[in-house]
Order: sequence, then C-alpha cells, then structure tokens
Amino acid sequence: MTKKKRPVIEREEVVVKFVGDSGDGMQLTGSMFSDVAAIVGNDLATFPDFPAEIRAPQNTVAGVSGFQVHMGSSKIYTTGDLVDVLVAMNPASLRSNLKWAKKGATILTDTDAYDDKTIEKAGYKQNPFTDSSLDSFNMVKAPITTLTKASLKDLGVDSKTAERSKNMFALGMLFYIFNRDLKSSFKYFEQKFKKKPELIEINKIVLQAGYNYADTIEALESVIQVSAANMEKGRYRNITGNVATAWGLLAAAEKSGRPLFLGSYPITPATEILMELSKHKSLGAKVFQAEDEIAGICSAIGASFAGSLACTTTSGPGLSLKSEAIGLAVITELPLVIVNVQRGGPSTGLPTKSEQSDLYQALFGRNGECPVIVIAASSSENCFYYAYMAAKLSMEHMTPTILLTDGYLGFGSALFRIPKMADMPAINPPLAEANDPDYKPYKRDPETLARQWAIPGTEGLRHRVGGLEKENVTGVVSTDPMNHQVMTTMRAQKVEKVADYIPDQAIDGSPEGDLLVVSWGGTYGAVHSAVSEMQKEGKSVSHAHFHYIMPLPKNTEKVLKSFKKIVVCELNSGQFVNYLRMKFPMPNISQFNKVQGLPFMINELTDKFNQLLEEK
Amino acid sequence: MDFINMTVERTNVQLTKADFESDQMVKWCPGCGGHAILSAVERVFPKIGYRKENFCMVSGIGCSSRFPYYVNTYGIHGIHGRAAAISTGVKIANPRLSVWTVTGDGDSLAIGGNHFIHVIRRNVDLNILLFNNQIYGLTKGQFSPTTPMGKVTKTSPMGTIEHPFNIGELVIGAQGTFFARVPDNNIALMTDCMFEAAKHDGTSVTEIMENCIIFADKAHAPVTGKDVKDETMLILKSGSPMVFGKNNEKGLILKDTMLEVVEIGKNGITIDDILVHDQYSQDPGIQLMLAKLAPPHFPMVFGVIRSAMYPTYDDLVEEQIKYAKETSKIKNVDDLLNSGDTWEI
Repeated sequence: MTKKKRPVIEREEVVVKFVGDSGDGMQLTGSMFSDVAAIVGNDLATFPDFPAEIRAPQNTVAGVSGFQVHMGSSKIYTTGDLVDVLVAMNPASLRSNLKWAKKGATILTDTDAYDDKTIEKAGYKQNPFTDSSLDSFNMVKAPITTLTKASLKDLGVDSKTAERSKNMFALGMLFYIFNRDLKSSFKYFEQKFKKKPELIEINKIVLQAGYNYADTIEALESVIQVSAANMEKGRYRNITGNVATAWGLLAAAEKSGRPLFLGSYPITPATEILMELSKHKSLGAKVFQAEDEIAGICSAIGASFAGSLACTTTSGPGLSLKSEAIGLAVITELPLVIVNVQRGGPSTGLPTKSEQSDLYQALFGRNGECPVIVIAASSSENCFYYAYMAAKLSMEHMTPTILLTDGYLGFGSALFRIPKMADMPAINPPLAEANDPDYKPYKRDPETLARQWAIPGTEGLRHRVGGLEKENVTGVVSTDPMNHQVMTTMRAQKVEKVADYIPDQAIDGSPEGDLLVVSWGGTYGAVHSAVSEMQKEGKSVSHAHFHYIMPLPKNTEKVLKSFKKIVVCELNSGQFVNYLRMKFPMPNISQFNKVQGLPFMINELTDKFNQLLEEK
Repeated sequence: MDFINMTVERTNVQLTKADFESDQMVKWCPGCGGHAILSAVERVFPKIGYRKENFCMVSGIGCSSRFPYYVNTYGIHGIHGRAAAISTGVKIANPRLSVWTVTGDGDSLAIGGNHFIHVIRRNVDLNILLFNNQIYGLTKGQFSPTTPMGKVTKTSPMGTIEHPFNIGELVIGAQGTFFARVPDNNIALMTDCMFEAAKHDGTSVTEIMENCIIFADKAHAPVTGKDVKDETMLILKSGSPMVFGKNNEKGLILKDTMLEVVEIGKNGITIDDILVHDQYSQDPGIQLMLAKLAPPHFPMVFGVIRSAMYPTYDDLVEEQIKYAKETSKIKNVDDLLNSGDTWEI
C-alpha cells in the first residue's frame, strides 16, 4: 500500500452514516466500521435505522436501511444528530438521508446505481447530479459496482456475488478517508467466513481495492483523524441496549441465587432480549416463548411464585395486554421484572421508532390502585445496570418493577466498560425459612413492608396467594372494607419506601440557578450534550436526569425548588412533567415535547433553553 | 399403575386426606358438584405419594377456580383464563412440583382458549382438572363454549346459536397426550382418573362433568343420571372390550371406518368381536372417535380415553440446559461479559 503524506484534520467527533437498500449489507458495513473505531480507542454510539418491512421494494425510499456511527475522542452521549460523512449506495438512500447531512458533509455514493429507473423510483424528478441540490456537499462519486466487479475479475467470481460485496468497496474507501488499518477487518473475514474460505479472499480483495481506489483518486484532500478517547481504564466491549438488558437480568439472577425465567412473546423492538436470553441456557436461564403477551407475563408470575427471578419483556402494545396480569403480581406481592422497550404509539404506531409515551401506562395503566416500581435506563450500556437494579428492587421489595427503555437504546449500541460480578451490589430477597412457625403470607418486614417469599416445595410454608384481596398478615381471602383500605395503603407505601434504597437525584451543574433542565430515560445523551454546550458558554443551566421514577428520589422536591425555572423535556406530550406537577405543584415548571418518533436534536434543545433564559 | 413420575419428590410418611384439608370455609353452593371433586382430590393426593409441599394448585377465575383456597397445598388463584399459562411457568421453573390446574369451561375454553390449546400442544407436565358445568356460574347463568346448541340461558333467551366444543375432540386436536372424562357423581372413577392423570407425563386434561345446581341443574343428567346411565355411559378400561348396558350386553365394534353399537349374542356377535380399548395408543384415531360419541345413537365414554407417551416440554427444557451447561464455555456471568470481542483501554 502506498503511503502518501496527507494533511490531517483532527476532529473531536464525527458522525458517519451508511445507507442503502435493505439488502445492501449496511448493518454489517456500519458495525465493521464501528468495531475498528472501537479498537483504535474512540468512544462511540451506533444506531441501526431500518424499515419496519423486512424487504421493502428495491431502490425505493421505503426500503432504505441505515446504520449510524457517532465516534469521538471524548465521551459520546448520543448516536449523533447530523451526519459528517454519508455513504449512500443508491439514489433512494441519498434522497431520504440528505436532510440529515451537515452542510459541507462528505457524501460517498455509487454512481453505477443511478439510472433512469432507480432515479425515478427514488422519487427524484431528475438525476440529482445534474441539478444544484448537492452543491453544498463534498461529493465523492465513484463507480463502486463496476470497480468491485473489476477487482474480482481474476478470481472468476460471478457477477451476483461480486455485486454483493460492493459494500466492502465503500468501506475500504471510508477506511482510507479515516486512515484506518485494514488488518482487523481481514481478521474478521477470516473468522466470519471460516466455512466459506472463498468469501475471505473476495472480501479482502474488495476492501483493499476500495482503499486503494480512494488513495488513487485522493478522495479527500486530507485525512479525518479521530484520536483515541480518554476513557476510564478497563476492559471494554460494544453492546446494544437490548443485549445489555438481557445480561443485566442474568447478572441479577446469578447474584441473587434465584434462577432466571423469562416468559415473552416476540415484539419489535424488544425481541432481541428474548433472543439473547435464549442463547444462555448454560447459565441456567429458562426462556419460554409464549403463545401471546398474556401467557408471557402469566408464566412469569407462575415462575416467580415458584421462586425464580421472573421477567417478561415487551413493547407498548404488549404492555397493554399484560396490564391485568401486572395487577395480579401487585396483589400477590410477587417479584416480577417487566421490561418495556418503548416505541411510537398508540396501537401498532411506529414499531421501529422510539418514543417515551408509555410512562403513564407504566405508572397508572391498570385497574384498581396498582402501584409498581418504575425505573428507566438512559443509555444502551446502562440498560445492564438498570435491568440489574429492576431485578434487585423487585425481589428485595416483593413488588413488580417496570423497566422502561426504548427502541433507540435497545437497538443502539455503545461502548460498555465490563464490570466484575464481585463489584455488583448484593441482592438479598426476603426468603422465608422452612418450618418457620411464625410464617404468615402477608406478614411484612417493618422497614420495607415487603412480605416474605415462601417457595413451593419448602417444608412447613404451604400457603395460597391470588387475585382476591387478602387479609393483612394472614393472607386469608377478605372482603372486609377496613382491611382493603389497609392493604391498598400498604401496597402504595411499600413502593414509596423504595425511595430509602435508591440514590438521591444528582444534578449535573450548579445545584441552584436560573434554569433546571429535567429529563428521563433515553433522552439523556441529547439533553446532556445540549446543557453542557450552554454551560460552556457560561449560562446558568443545570440538568437533572431521572432514572428512578416511581418512587422519585427523596430529594426531588428540593432539587426542583432550587431553580427559578424548570423545563421538562420528553419524547411525548408531557407525561413526566404532569407527574411532577401532580407531586410538586409549582408554577414554574414548563415543558418541551416532541412526538415524531425521532430523538431530540441538540440545537432544538439549546434554542428552547436559551429562549427560556431570555424570557422574563 | 404404581409407577409415578420420579421427578417429583416422594414423601416418606403415609399422608392422609387430613393432610390436604384446608381450614377455609368451602363457599360453593350446597349440591354443587365441586364438593365431590374436592373430596376426590383430597383422597387421591395422599395416594399419589408425593411430599405434600410439592403439590401446587393453580386456577383461573370462576366457581371452579376457588379450588386452591380449599386444599392445603401451595396455590395460586390467578386471573381469568390464564391458569394454564401460570401453571406452565410454575412447572418450568420447578419441575419437581406436581402442578394441578383447576379451571372451568368458560375459563379454559373461552377466555383462556389460546393458553389451553398451547399448553396441550407443548405437553407441559401438568394436570388440568376441567370442571365442565356447561354454564357461567359465578356471573349467574350465561352460556359457555360447552353449552348445548339451542339452550336458553340469560344471554340466549331464544336459545344459543353456537356450536359447543367437545372437550376431548379439542384436546386431541391440539395434540393432547392425555384425556379422561368423568362424571362428578362417581368419586371412585374420578379418583382413578386423577391418579392416572398424575401418573401421565405430560399435559393431562380430565374433563369432569360437573353439575351446577343453580344455573344448569341436571345438564348432564340425560347421560349421567342414575335412571339412564346404564344405557348412556360406557366406562373404559384399557385392555378390555368396550361394553356397556345393564349386564354389559352391548359393545362397540369398528365397522368399516365407523364405530357401531352391537348387542353381544345377537347376529353372531361375541365378546371377542368387541373393540378393545387402548388408552396408550399413540395414534389417536379410535380415541378421537370415542371422545365424540354421544347419545342418542351411542353411549358417551368415560374414563381415560387417551394417555400416550411423548416427551414433556419441561423435561426437554431441563435436557437442553444440562447439555448447554456441559458444553458451553460460558459458566458464569463474568465469562459472558468477557466473551467475544473485548479490548483493554
């Protein structure tokens, strides 16, 4: 490989997006690119952006599949708003993604993919190369398909196989632009295609050809360099939010000594948790793919009664179906982790897009007074920790817990500093002891108000639980009015008491000031980035990001009262803000909302915050 | 008859009926068939010989589903229609429990129909006691999926216009491995069938034709009534010819592809011509025909119609876990966290 000296442009962060037809292999290309970034020490976050249909019509906007990588030499909090480098394999993907490209962005595209038919199918009136629509971008136009085929000519590869590897040509070009080494990708091919050695050769040749071609044409005048991030020392891996959630549950099962049971039904975007846990039978995980959402949660309730760390995973519509059963878990006071990977609603809504619109449902969406613990993860990697905490709180407090994540966290990936199990907090479920003469099904721990978990098979603890109201302490069926009042209060107080066991709400920035920005769940990255930008400008803005929602941390009111103005930002029409207003009626809480199936953009947040600071 | 699943721990003391009697008041109506079923369960549990702590009763909603409160075992009274799903979770979580699912015709065949067919298809090792009183009792008298067509109920003042399920046909159609049918007025037969159900590895469904004295009184009387039962009931015994009648003078034969009632001693028919019942046959062909028989042209058959050997879901779960544990490099969560692509910073 010839090494010419190119000028280097050092960038703190870069967003790269790979887009093409559903079958173009954009997910693989994107993840290979991000793997290399990780190896050189960049922090990163990725997000796959694919259509709800598996194979939508070729060369149409509906069929565009994408993979976005945000990498940096400092901590990366989001998957990136606007794109610095766009790799667009056909006209449809160019047209549908141009709006995400920064002014001056580099766009690499395959000119072979542009003919009258594909241009028309993409919805263009004329070839975009011939009008001025691309003038503000740095276009790298390459006949990628032709060059890919040419590079494989000597191997006698059929044209279909050759065409299929054009994504590797584009990746090779990109590696040149970012001055990345090809070795680790070669190693990857060797592992992936162990059983098809011919594919190792093909992919290596094409990747190298792309690299060399970019070198020859000097695709960019300079190298884009993103140096290694200054990250906390430790062992790292890349992880998606859904896998992290699955692993957090496995970790909690191991720590607590309670075997893991998952009862679930496939639903986008939560299915990966079910698939991931299905792989880990060696850790004793029992995974039951049920006939429907209701059977998923009901089997989990049965498993919980039988002494398992029982979980069910779903998304919004599935949570609706599980509502009645959540009530059963609440009244039987059994531990149960319900993971809701939120998507756009109502009904089927936007299955592959993200929203935070199930908060009301998590808090209130059941018959009767039916409190549960509600917590929310805020990044793909901390899904591990919050899944673990959901399990810990649920078991220790004998109360169902809803963990809210969302499609962006679930599908997105981030670097994960691998924890040691020895460092994870202890989990001590209140197990009843065999032949305890004082055992009563609803006798409570005075501190937590949790009842004991008496596991079937244990001698001397036979008892019945069920959906009918029970007498406090004895657990006998009771319709006594005063008892129902007592039990309703107990169930609510038991959840409130969890506040004694969770950390105080942290504030990012000064603990008092002009504006407090409040957020929760998957919007952390965008809101944090917006607030830090403004803090750097010297503005009096602080940020409180909530992970614990029911109950709220004990200092919540104090935090809110220390600021002149509060704005609560959510990807819904104002569910957390109204919950806060209900708990702490204060006139100075405003809100900023978006319900488009899209994450917050940093600039729309800073615009709003600046406006609030300026208003008197 | 004596071999009982060894997965469930056995007791080393002789248990009695008293070990399973609950201190709770039984609140079924006087004359309800539930009382006899409860009595049969209390009799059969000590006979089965498992530790009393290893029994777990699970129910849904309806009159039948109050059952767990009336026996002294571990128990969950669930929500409407979901007993089969809850039971599945209990059994998968701990295969060492003997799980008994108590349900009714509304609970299992209407609102819980989906769970019912799928638990059967999976052959989870559960014992389902399905109290079939052909009516919704707890909501005071609406028709159910087993109410005979044309029956006047509170929601069918002009008679129902729905075809009822035949439970045996549904069970076998859902790949069921065990089906028995018993009347609630024959405790000995009920006890025998429950014992057979316990013995069977896999989902057993025992349909108990239960009388609801308030809303569907004598619904089963045309079949199980003392005055008619000699002619209308055929009690099966595996390995024996299928005969009925006051003096066992009638029997079933297979003519071409259909069952037919014949009289022994007439037209040259002898006992040797009578079809012999095989509850263990894997092929459900004859068993399905038997399950569907009904007066007036045939007797209805009772006892164990089918108990075929197939692997159980819970055994296969355990087998896969055992194999994975033996062969996987990932032995604990630390191994998992550090598996695949990781790097040091």
